[in-house]
Amino acid sequence: MSTAASELMKTPLNAAHRALNAKMVDFGGWDMPVQYPGGIIAEHEAVRTKAGLFDVSHMGEIRVKGPGALALVEHLTPNDVAKLAIGQIHYTAFLYENGTFVDDLLVYREGEQEFLLVVNAGNSDKDFAWVQQHATAYDCTVVNESPATGQIALQGPLSLGILQPLTKTALEPIGYYFFTHGEVAGIKCLISRTGYTGEDGFELYCAAGDTERLWNAVMAAGKPQGLVPAGLGCRNTLRLECKMALYGHEIDDSIHALEAGLGWIVKLDKGDFIGRQALLAAKGAPAPRKLVGFKTLEKRDIARDHMPVVQNGKQIGFVTSAAPSPTCGINLGLAYVPTELAKIGGRIQIEIRGRAVDAEIIPTPFYKRTK
Amino acid sequence: MFPADLKYTKDHEWLKPTGDGTALVGITQYAQDALGDVVFVDLPEVGASFAAGEEFGTVESVKTVSELNMPAAGEVLDVNTSLADHPEAVNEDPYGKGWMVKIKLTGDSAGLLDAKAYEALVSAESH
Repeated sequence: MSTAASELMKTPLNAAHRALNAKMVDFGGWDMPVQYPGGIIAEHEAVRTKAGLFDVSHMGEIRVKGPGALALVEHLTPNDVAKLAIGQIHYTAFLYENGTFVDDLLVYREGEQEFLLVVNAGNSDKDFAWVQQHATAYDCTVVNESPATGQIALQGPLSLGILQPLTKTALEPIGYYFFTHGEVAGIKCLISRTGYTGEDGFELYCAAGDTERLWNAVMAAGKPQGLVPAGLGCRNTLRLECKMALYGHEIDDSIHALEAGLGWIVKLDKGDFIGRQALLAAKGAPAPRKLVGFKTLEKRDIARDHMPVVQNGKQIGFVTSAAPSPTCGINLGLAYVPTELAKIGGRIQIEIRGRAVDAEIIPTPFYKRTK
Repeated sequence: MFPADLKYTKDHEWLKPTGDGTALVGITQYAQDALGDVVFVDLPEVGASFAAGEEFGTVESVKTVSELNMPAAGEVLDVNTSLADHPEAVNEDPYGKGWMVKIKLTGDSAGLLDAKAYEALVSAESH
């Protein structure tokens, strides 16, 4: 990960982050802010109690359009695309034939025959190639809009109040996981009521060249109410508290959708899709491992991503993501463990720098907003 | 950013000789900034002895963990117990309230960097 900053990809907000004295890191080949001078804990708390603004322009956008678009997206993803209304969004995945993950993504239904697929930055090229490769049999166009698209995420309980004065579009009626098109601060946007923090909020997609103007307008509108710029550091702790999966951690090409606890996005009766046969077979047999949430019992024992779960000196599982939780005040994590151990209240051991420490399996999500 | 009266290690610890054969040890401004919000500091027992360069504890931030290595051979005379409740002192005042251990020097500390040499090292690392 020692790529020189000059070789990294940059979002349209790169200069803005640097002007804010952000600490920049290499995130999947992108030069991204991990935190601003306020620090991860302050940014995390701002999102939980007020609002935070994230640059998520690194995310990939793939547009699929044409008479065969619906059939292609149905074939590529396990969730029921036909059930999406125009203006509705759902969480889903690209799966391999064996049911493991190419990536996870959001599907936006723009029209009867038009879909916007929003994928992870680090997988964007792989995903675009995957969609193109399968699209040859379908009557539709596939366009990679990622380089032309900017995206910012306004997240937190004050989001609606901050954003509404900037747009004529009525925001309150937009339901969770719905979107519309409108102008924000005079800039054409796709306004999406979604996020990756467990709080209410909006994700705004715009032309790449408009991103900085949009960011500045939202920042200026929200600052008096406590809005702060928020980096990838708190984005990770926020999503972890809500048990939202992160590619390369909870899901990847070695874990299938049912093990990951994502059976709810797998509609086996919707018709054929890539991965269906494998998941149908997996559903018949008990899964050997399961994703669980845990907390370590001592304050000094802080588990981290990829640490082993051990029993009598042998590795029996692994931690996918873990961190001290700013909201819950305890050391949390997610781990794959043998299914027979995956019981709430059960004890497991995590190996932290050569020392096996006790952890208790606890209910997830660790945090759920009250409103 | 790097006080002239301290000695530094390449691993970003500082050592402050107190003149009577003892010294305070902590981590530098550069180290605390790289770690981000510190949430826990694991420190040794009073009476423990360490060789120069030996790990004597860990410092945990929200996003990562870092080992603490002893700048010079010594025996622990005191640990900063206030860090148990206020680990953020390491971020806010790394050369003051954020000190970690007080040691009795049992070897020489000649191999350490002075402020100027340490600053050069840090500026090379961050560019």
